[in-house]
Amino acid sequence: MNEKIKKWLYPTIAAIIFIGIWEAAVRSFNFFEFILPPPSDVAMYIWNATLDGSLPSAICVTLKRLLIGYAIGLVIGIPVGMMCSRFTIVKDTVGILALGLQALPSVCWVPLAIMWFGQEESAMLFVVVMGTVWSLILATEHGVSNIPPIYLRAARTMGSKGLHTWIHVIAPAAFPSILGGMKQGWAFAWRSLMAAEIYVTILTGFGLGQLLHYGRELMEMNQVIGVMCVVIAIGLIVDKVLFSPLESSLRRRWGID
Amino acid sequence: MSLHTELQNVTAKLVVEGVCKSFNSANGRVDALQDINLRVNEGEFVCLVGPSGCGKSTLLNLVAGLDKPDKGIISVDEAPVSGPGRDRMVMFQEHALFPWLNVFDNVMFGLKLKPNLTDSERREVAKFYLNLVGLDKFAKSSIHELSGGMRQRVALARSLAPNPRILLMDETFGALDALTREQLYGELQQIWQKRKKTILFVTHNIREAVCLGDRVVLFSPHPGKIVQIFDIDLPRLRDINDPALTALSSEITATLKHQIGANVAE
Ligand SMILES: Nc1ncnc2c1ncn2[C@@H]1O[C@H](COP(=O)(O)OP(=O)(O)OP(=O)(O)O)[C@@H](O)[C@H]1O
Ligand SMILES: [Mg+2]
Repeated sequence: MNEKIKKWLYPTIAAIIFIGIWEAAVRSFNFFEFILPPPSDVAMYIWNATLDGSLPSAICVTLKRLLIGYAIGLVIGIPVGMMCSRFTIVKDTVGILALGLQALPSVCWVPLAIMWFGQEESAMLFVVVMGTVWSLILATEHGVSNIPPIYLRAARTMGSKGLHTWIHVIAPAAFPSILGGMKQGWAFAWRSLMAAEIYVTILTGFGLGQLLHYGRELMEMNQVIGVMCVVIAIGLIVDKVLFSPLESSLRRRWGID
Repeated sequence: MSLHTELQNVTAKLVVEGVCKSFNSANGRVDALQDINLRVNEGEFVCLVGPSGCGKSTLLNLVAGLDKPDKGIISVDEAPVSGPGRDRMVMFQEHALFPWLNVFDNVMFGLKLKPNLTDSERREVAKFYLNLVGLDKFAKSSIHELSGGMRQRVALARSLAPNPRILLMDETFGALDALTREQLYGELQQIWQKRKKTILFVTHNIREAVCLGDRVVLFSPHPGKIVQIFDIDLPRLRDINDPALTALSSEITATLKHQIGANVAE
């Protein structure tokens, strides 16, 4: 059988079997709906919430926070990481700070963000940026510092210097490490944003976390599980669409296994 | 600049005068090179040999402009060397090819930095050199897909592509197996005859030096000095297994051993 079809077929079969067992179990044991709704109810919720627009708008709000915050994190993290590798003084100050703050679970920024920014969009952005930026600084710094010096010497003899070296040699040579930082930063940002949205009501927009939160308040278990499914789906899609292709093209080029 | 002039053979005279270089390390000062004088003529193939630590790589780096001498002057066609330049290309022991670029783009790297060429001319030049090293079929390959010998050939093409006057090679074939190396000796000699480069070739394999060089320069360590220079008058193309070549290299090896023995006795 075709490898590609196989790759999709098995997970699909597994998912169908899992959902089937779930549906059958709920129906035969007659759980209360607010303990465990059948998957058909969850699907109904997702369908209805899509039609009435509440789910798409929550997805938009959350993704917007995530993407803007993540982009800011990248734009700050990568250059600062490069500066760390270039200037000892930056490494001994910002680098050490990053090392410490990266150890802090990024959810811990939420209370501080609320105090500083209020229940506003900027508080959410702040949390996402804090989740992203420290991992990226450290990964970039590590990546740049560990470039084999021979690449730089070879580039110099061919007439590369200054900005050209940074763009055409240092950045691509450090990219595997930077990509690792991007993945980690994404994971931190995504988790902390969800926690923040569940934890505080943001007045300027209803995200997925808030839908989850109100699902619980209203004892709408199908909403809770429906939103969880959406959160899982977003995580999977980002991994498959964004990171996996980047990683596999990197592997193919560099021959990393 | 046209493609034709770009592909013309160019060469240069290299002069090293009174060069000294020392390093400060944890164990104190190391005199890597002491009062080195060497003239290399246009289109000459000169091999530097000597035991480990005698400053061969240091001298090559100074000529490449990657480092500066403490004393003395290095000049290429009367112009003093003050930094790296396209007239002097270096090939390192490890191939130093960029794994994020394919074979063709590696060869293009130095060319793209060369002004006064159109992009299609650059591509032509890159193709020409890939052809010269026999790897035109592998232009799109990733570096990790190549064998060690093929990588060094790509590295050679990359160094030749900007059309340097002088080629500096630091134990370029050291990491390869004997068979591949022998093959590359032949190819390098042919390419050198075709392209008329001035070549400074570092090795600690005396047979290799005798096989390739017009002259073999023998170094001694601590401090790094030139002990003796041998003219090699064997006909080209030379085969490393040629008896006359073997005899000559044994002779030089004996001198080297004597030299090291004398150093130890001191
Ligand atoms: N950057 C450096 N800092 C300190 N010492 C150095 C440095 N580079 C070279 N040396 C010292 O200078 C001496 C000559 O080194 P060099 O690398 O030129 O030797 P070599 O002849 O190339 O040896 P090999 O055959 O092992 O490559 C050695 O004693 C080495 O320890
Ligand atoms: Mg060396």
